[in-house]
Amino acid sequence: MIEVKNIKKSFGSKVVLNDVSCKMESGKVNLIIGSSGSGKTVFLKCLVGLMDLNSGDILYEGKNVATMLEQEKKELRTQIGMLFQGSALFDSLTVEQNVMFPLDMFTKKSPAEKLKRVNEVLDRVNLKDSNHKFPAEISGGMKKRVALARAIVLNPKYLFCDEPNSGLDPQTSLVVDKLIMEITKEYNITTIMNTHDMNSVMESGDKIIFLYQGEKRWEGSKEDIIFSKDEKLNNFIFASEFLQEAKKMRMMVPK
Amino acid sequence: MIKLLEHFGNYLIMLKGMFSKPENGRVYWKEFIHQCYELGMGSLGIVVIISLFLGAVTTIQTAYQLISPLVQKYVIAQIIRDSSFLELSPTVVCIVLAGVVGSKIASELGNMRVSEQIDALEIMGINSKTYLILPKIVAAFVMIPCLIVLSMFLTVWGGYLAATLSGVMSSQQFNQGLVKDFVSFNLIFGLIKSFTFAFIISSISAYFGYHVKGGALEIGQASTKSVVVSCILILFADYGLAALLL
Ligand SMILES: Nc1ncnc2c1ncn2[C@@H]1O[C@H](COP(=O)(O)OP(=O)(O)OP(=O)(O)O)[C@@H](O)[C@H]1O
Ligand SMILES: [Mg+2]
Repeated sequence: MIEVKNIKKSFGSKVVLNDVSCKMESGKVNLIIGSSGSGKTVFLKCLVGLMDLNSGDILYEGKNVATMLEQEKKELRTQIGMLFQGSALFDSLTVEQNVMFPLDMFTKKSPAEKLKRVNEVLDRVNLKDSNHKFPAEISGGMKKRVALARAIVLNPKYLFCDEPNSGLDPQTSLVVDKLIMEITKEYNITTIMNTHDMNSVMESGDKIIFLYQGEKRWEGSKEDIIFSKDEKLNNFIFASEFLQEAKKMRMMVPK
Repeated sequence: MIKLLEHFGNYLIMLKGMFSKPENGRVYWKEFIHQCYELGMGSLGIVVIISLFLGAVTTIQTAYQLISPLVQKYVIAQIIRDSSFLELSPTVVCIVLAGVVGSKIASELGNMRVSEQIDALEIMGINSKTYLILPKIVAAFVMIPCLIVLSMFLTVWGGYLAATLSGVMSSQQFNQGLVKDFVSFNLIFGLIKSFTFAFIISSISAYFGYHVKGGALEIGQASTKSVVVSCILILFADYGLAALLL
């Protein structure tokens, strides 16, 4: 479980996160939703420690990150998998080497075992036959999936996904959502996922946090979200494809 | 001025942060070998061409200036030898390498920063400074002096070719000059210079590349800056070493 207490983050005079508190439970997909520029990426980066906070605390299983020793932090990081918005694959390595990289670095498995594990995870993200291609040679959606494979190859305890399905076709997007959900349940991972895709909210959100201009505006389950009376949240939801979907459904109902 | 101090401080912090225990020695070793290969192969061609021509041109121009009948021909070979060991190979070639190697390191690291690859390393629990910068600096420390030694020989050889082909002097005269009054400290001094410059080139360009903020435009700026700053520092260090050790 990850606990976030009153975190604040600003760049110069621009306040990006203002007093956000929440709890991320294990075995659940915790969704952060919000429009572009609302601070989702910054929020994730603060959580994993890539950005320093101005104030506030972040606790992993009750342990405050700010007071952790270097060694403890390093250990924690080996339990974190992260999928970046831009995939962040290593350009100079092939798909296979990219996914194998954490295994090379942190395990003492034999090459054959490592290769087996790599193929296993690549298989899970529906990527075969691309093992020897370089990141520049594959599509954006494929990069996302390779990055996901790399993030889960070490069986992390915490999985952070920054917009895992932007740039994916609806079908693959669903596959990725399902996959994230499955592994979350299977290994009891604490998953935190940024998205602005309402399909994936309805598909995979166990708990939803709505960020609006750097503040937590709403928090609840996907069952509640449609009935919420928050104006900003409604604006956000019904500006999405979900609305069009709903509209279509309505039009299809015979009079 | 304050900016300069800030840069210098951050530079020292980066160097200090670079020394941490590798997470896995084998991976780091592989990266080091890879960097050596890249650096060596990437700049071998230009070093060969530059050295040969530097030697040839210096020979012909020295011969053109030394027309006094009082000066023996072999002196030209001595001049080539000493200027190659002392200045041409270490300094001139390193300034070229600052362009070739420095811009490559800066843009590679800058690109990794901008596309979040450095963040990805940090998240995995890898010290990105140790993994990305240390192997590059050590590789430069190993490879650049090798290239400079090669360049020293090629410069002299270029001089030899020019001298004999253009008929400035015979090969006996050239060889006589090569061995006459050879001061081995000159060679050592050239090597000290090349180690110093190797460190300047690799660490300065790594600094500018690693600290890129923004996008593709800033990567270009960082690589230009790293070349300019390394060149200036090389010249400063060149003067400093000469004043100190000669
Ligand atoms: N390194 C930075 N320096 C200054 N400002 C930043 C930095 N990173 C982000 N910001 C600002 O923080 C705000 C939130 O950015 P963030 O990337 O978190 O948005 P987001 O919710 O992830 O949007 P998107 O859905 O488009 O990815 C933006 O206004 C951005 O300009
Ligand atoms: Mg974002």
